[in-house]
Amino acid sequence: MNIWEIIIITVIKIGAILTIMLLTVSYLVYFERRISAWIQSRLGPNRVGWEGILQPFADVFKLLLKEDISPVAANKFIHGLAPFIAVFVAFSTYAVIPIGPDVTIFGYSIQLVVADVNIGVLYVLALTSLGVYGLTFAGWSSGSKYSLLGGIRSSAQMISYEVSMGFSVGGVLLMAGSLSPIAIVEAQYGWMWNAIVQPIGFITFTVAAFAETNRLPFDLPEAEPELVGGYHTEYSSMKFAGFFLAEYANMIIAAGMIVTLYLGGWQVPYIDKLGLGEIVTALMQVGSFFVKMGAILFFFIWVRWSIPRFRYDQLMNLGWKVMFPLSLINIVWVAALIMIFNL
Amino acid sequence: MLTEFGKVLVFIILAAAFVVIALFVARLIRPARPTKEKFTIYECGENPEGTPWVKFNIRFYVVALIFLIFDVEIVLLFPWALTYQDYGIYGFLVGIIFLLILGLGMAYEWRKGDLEWEKPSPKPPNLAKILEKSKRNIPVEVPD
Repeated sequence: MNIWEIIIITVIKIGAILTIMLLTVSYLVYFERRISAWIQSRLGPNRVGWEGILQPFADVFKLLLKEDISPVAANKFIHGLAPFIAVFVAFSTYAVIPIGPDVTIFGYSIQLVVADVNIGVLYVLALTSLGVYGLTFAGWSSGSKYSLLGGIRSSAQMISYEVSMGFSVGGVLLMAGSLSPIAIVEAQYGWMWNAIVQPIGFITFTVAAFAETNRLPFDLPEAEPELVGGYHTEYSSMKFAGFFLAEYANMIIAAGMIVTLYLGGWQVPYIDKLGLGEIVTALMQVGSFFVKMGAILFFFIWVRWSIPRFRYDQLMNLGWKVMFPLSLINIVWVAALIMIFNL
Repeated sequence: MLTEFGKVLVFIILAAAFVVIALFVARLIRPARPTKEKFTIYECGENPEGTPWVKFNIRFYVVALIFLIFDVEIVLLFPWALTYQDYGIYGFLVGIIFLLILGLGMAYEWRKGDLEWEKPSPKPPNLAKILEKSKRNIPVEVPD
């Protein structure tokens, strides 16, 4: 392959990933509204198109046509920069999440990941930490009391849970011995899924992912009854859409990371023993990745409409006094397992 | 040759371009009819009172400090986790000692109360006392 072929393949992959991502984000919003309506015995959006299937597009056009307002007390530059950071961080994380094995299309061997970076997990952790800046800047620069309190709460919450998230990832690294997402997926061959080998780490990582994406029961930063809209109280138009998009994109990344790190990524246990063709195997593996991700996303929505919000001191106690010690215990557990069974 | 990080760079540039284009298109087609009222800070319909940068709980600062310490320890833990399988029982002991020291630091912070999130204990105003102080004869029934 010469350089142009590589560049063209890369651009096609990026285009495909961005399209899939934008579609899943908009339909995630739609499904969230439909599922919440179903859970609460309501109808939900069902007027635009068949069963409301075009609702996301109507929402986007509505937001495009809204007037953009940045209030008098706001710091204009940072106020505009914050949603940009949020969206940018949420988008660029997709580059390293593998959605399938290597496949051969038209004689080219293609990896189903945009970039096989050998420090992929560090890349994701680093970028999600940058996401805190978007929220903090938004909260500080809006010049509103609600925004400021929401921004501070969210930064404290995200950094608290980032610690237990980092330590849970440590357990996965022990098993795989590599920071590359593809190597981590391949280390979970058969039923050696990390969710089965290290259930404590799976739970702490999932809880931390809920907290990092500011989902209920951890949505303190935008607790409506206390803080109106939290850090995005003073945002409107496409800037608001940016935060909205970033929030749902982060949810998809969180689900993708949970699947990659703990649920075997695109692996279907022992599918290569069945003797199916290469194309069928690859299709089933890619399909299994999206099915697992969909199940995790449904779990996110289900939890949101079933569990009430924590109080702030409960949130901090859970983060530091329960999740953090548990993730330490998980590392010792995994290290001992490797020592005993020579995995 | 395009390295893997080069691909990431291309991805980041395209993602940033997408955001800029979306914001630019929105600027072209959205209306702009500003009035004075629209630009005021939202405070539930009241006129904004005082500075928006209010004082907040010092606990947030302590949480950030504790986070800094433990996050550095994550950075130290990752290289050990990656090379763990090459060192056998020696690597296990080294890791356990490291985690013990980490746990000791954790226990120290817990003991010193730095992980507690103190709840404020506000004293609800006593209506009877307020009425007594004001020394006005307001004909209301005072609850006890």
